Amino acid sequence: MTELTHLTIDEALTGLKNKDFTATELTKAHISALEAARHLNAFIVETPEIAMKQAAESDKRYAAGISRALDGIPFANKDLFCTNGVQTTAASKILEGFIPQYESTVSQKLFDDGAVMLGKTNLDQFAMGSSNTTSAYGNVINPWKRSGGSNADLVPGGSSGGSAAAVAARIAMGATATDTGGSIRQPAAFCGIVGIKPTYGRCSRWGVVAFSSSLDHPGPLARTVKDNALLLQSMSGHDPKDSTSANIPVPDFAAALTGDIKGKRIGIPKEFRLEGMPEDIEKLWDQGVKWLKEAGAEIVDISLPHTKYALPTYYIIAPAEASSNLARYDGVRYGYRAEDADTLKDMYAKTRAEGFGDEVKRRIMIGAYVLSAGYYDAYYIKAQKVRRLILQDFEKAFEICDAILTPTAPSAAFEIGANEDDPVKMYLNDVFTVTANLAGIPAMSVPAGLDSQGLPLGLQILGKAWDEEMVFKVGGVIEQAANFSAMPQSLLKKAA
Amino acid sequence: MDTQTVLKAARLANIEVSDVEVEEMKIKLTGIIKWVEQLSEVDTEHVEPLANVVNIALPLREDVVNDGDCRDKVLANAPEETQGFFVVPKIVEQED
Repeated sequence: MTELTHLTIDEALTGLKNKDFTATELTKAHISALEAARHLNAFIVETPEIAMKQAAESDKRYAAGISRALDGIPFANKDLFCTNGVQTTAASKILEGFIPQYESTVSQKLFDDGAVMLGKTNLDQFAMGSSNTTSAYGNVINPWKRSGGSNADLVPGGSSGGSAAAVAARIAMGATATDTGGSIRQPAAFCGIVGIKPTYGRCSRWGVVAFSSSLDHPGPLARTVKDNALLLQSMSGHDPKDSTSANIPVPDFAAALTGDIKGKRIGIPKEFRLEGMPEDIEKLWDQGVKWLKEAGAEIVDISLPHTKYALPTYYIIAPAEASSNLARYDGVRYGYRAEDADTLKDMYAKTRAEGFGDEVKRRIMIGAYVLSAGYYDAYYIKAQKVRRLILQDFEKAFEICDAILTPTAPSAAFEIGANEDDPVKMYLNDVFTVTANLAGIPAMSVPAGLDSQGLPLGLQILGKAWDEEMVFKVGGVIEQAANFSAMPQSLLKKAA
Repeated sequence: MDTQTVLKAARLANIEVSDVEVEEMKIKLTGIIKWVEQLSEVDTEHVEPLANVVNIALPLREDVVNDGDCRDKVLANAPEETQGFFVVPKIVEQED
């Protein structure tokens, strides 16, 4: 029998239904994988007792013939989703010891469908970062290594770095994640897995620690396009507790995976051809175009003229919203409180100084600055206006195409410690992903090949708002054509 | 951004900063602000600001109590609480 941890969710569900193995066996195999790969630091909290209890309940349901959509599937939960009775930290010292008394809507939906939680995964602090190096609980290590030359540890991407590393290392079959500027798609690309950021409003944000409310999108990570469809199906749907949650029907995402894109128009935005982009990425993009053409799609050149302004727009809006959202961490109601403060005001300022990491502080202060009297119009309102132009770019483009194909990230995974000297350098990681957050449209990253150093690279598919089905359809075609079967070297060694 | 601007941002953000941090932030925050200022090149005459992409009117509901009566849960994570209240350092300064 194939190693249980190497199955896809789709295969595991079939195996469970056929009684080839039990949910308890499947869960045990993943807990062992987790224990063997602790050096990756993918988890902040492990929850093996919860997992085994949930697996036992799944087995009972299978025995009774009343199994649910994801019954017995072990998943990793990003430590940004509040979990009832299980510490939730957002990878920040300021939330250390915080035990939510409620469950996030998304994780509740997964539990309702029978999914099994292995633990809470590491991330960039408050989901602010592209390398998972801003966590108060240490860096996450990418299970992939370069095939030649330096053996240095690489970043898994961020902010959902722990979730992506866990799925790539075959510790979890899937994971929850969030994407505010690329935090699902860039780690998916860096770790050789699939991730989708759905349309804004598709997945409830209730119970997800807030970073930038108009840009935060919960979504899944898994190793195949179909597994993403299965997870997103469970995570989606209207939630009265989130006022921006859309009350519209959720389509059958997996049913969209027909492989048929004949006559579909795929847009290629000229503004995404960056100067100095690695040749491997340029080549992979061209290859992706070829695959879609061969599948019968029509390729159209499109223009998204405000692309170059997307990151500066994001770095005004996101910090502004963050400075407001993170005002709640005051050392009074939950989390960390500084000692030795004489007055209330002093306690606030000391608690926040000691509790927040450097990048979080920078963003809160930038946010406070751009929202302050005298600067509000010049920065914040200006950014909101450019945001509309970016949305209009997409609306115009989608008049002549059904989906858009681009690279996911401007590089493969880089060494831990690289890009740390200058915040702007790190921000540029999200150059291809951030526009989809500003426009709220669905976007997926699919692993499509390896670079010359043996590291995975992803292609990104963007679709119209509420048309995840087209994104899945095109993503499925890329997945099939790319036939990406490479695995992190450490896993190959074990299998041999 | 000069020292005064950094200190003002820190005050607005309610974050205590050391002299060393102020010096570092001057460099890093200035870098970020200079970079975002390229937005001034974009012509935004007659463009309405976009606060949120959701084209849904915020939903209304009946004005009824639908939550609450969970004091212990609210207090469960408090760094300090007593007799059903949060405890904070003194707010009124004493003159002496």
